[in-house]
Amino acid sequence: MSTNDAEASLELLNAGFRDFIPHNRVLGFTIVKASFEPSFIIALLPFDERLVGHPDSGLLHGGAVTTLLDAAGGAATYMKIGSPVPIATLDLRIDYLKPAAGRLHVHSRAECIKVTKNVAFVRMNAYHDDPDDPIALGTATYMIGTKGQAVAPGVSP
Amino acid sequence: MTIVEQVARARASGDWSAMIASVPYARFLGVTLEERDGSLLGRMTFADHLIGNPTLPALHGGTLGALLELAAQFELMYRAQTLMLPKTITLTIDYLRSGRATDTFVRAKTVRQGRRVATVHAWAWQDDESQPVAQATVKQLVMGVIT
Repeated sequence: MSTNDAEASLELLNAGFRDFIPHNRVLGFTIVKASFEPSFIIALLPFDERLVGHPDSGLLHGGAVTTLLDAAGGAATYMKIGSPVPIATLDLRIDYLKPAAGRLHVHSRAECIKVTKNVAFVRMNAYHDDPDDPIALGTATYMIGTKGQAVAPGVSP
Repeated sequence: MTIVEQVARARASGDWSAMIASVPYARFLGVTLEERDGSLLGRMTFADHLIGNPTLPALHGGTLGALLELAAQFELMYRAQTLMLPKTITLTIDYLRSGRATDTFVRAKTVRQGRRVATVHAWAWQDDESQPVAQATVKQLVMGVIT
């Protein structure tokens, strides 16, 4: 399936990623770009006063960026495996390059590099608008085929 | 009152509830904090909006990561009188069990406090502290620490 097809199905992807997952929905996470090959997505976290970590500065709390990276990495994994099996984060390693500014949205680009029978390997970053000026870099693995049902029913390339 | 002044007040009184409640993101996650047995015990009260997998159901991995990071930050503020808030440099999270739809507790311990960098271990559990749902190692920049 081509990138164009993935773009056409953004609405379907967001039904699984944003609308179906309560914590993604409350934060307004939205997939704004998606590709099956290479397997990546770009997700958007709109600015939200509730995510401020330092009342003095108004800066976004790092935990909000962590959550965005985790969610984006999961979505990228679905672009690679192409079937709605349940997955779970195994580990997540983040470097914070600079604080996320207040009053600004954050993007995350996540790419699933490889998937085996059991594990998906993902790289991600977070940035405001310029991918070359990242806020954070992330590395994660996800366990594939955990118990329960799929969490992203919208993904079926 | 600035956050650094709030830290000084919380350290003096042993009451961290106002301090954690002043952080909007902690309120959003439903995280409260109390001093117990010489360390800080955090609690993330379960709410539906913390769910990441509605079919199990299970907590969103990001909420556990955020809880661990909050605990690590407050551990440093609890141990050392900082002139600035600790800044997270790196965060490594291990997810060990699925976080069920119930309250989650967290504690953190300073592994090493250097002049510039502190390494903190944080762990989160639900029923049994010896069976954590997730753990993290957090490296924080702590310029200007007065221990």
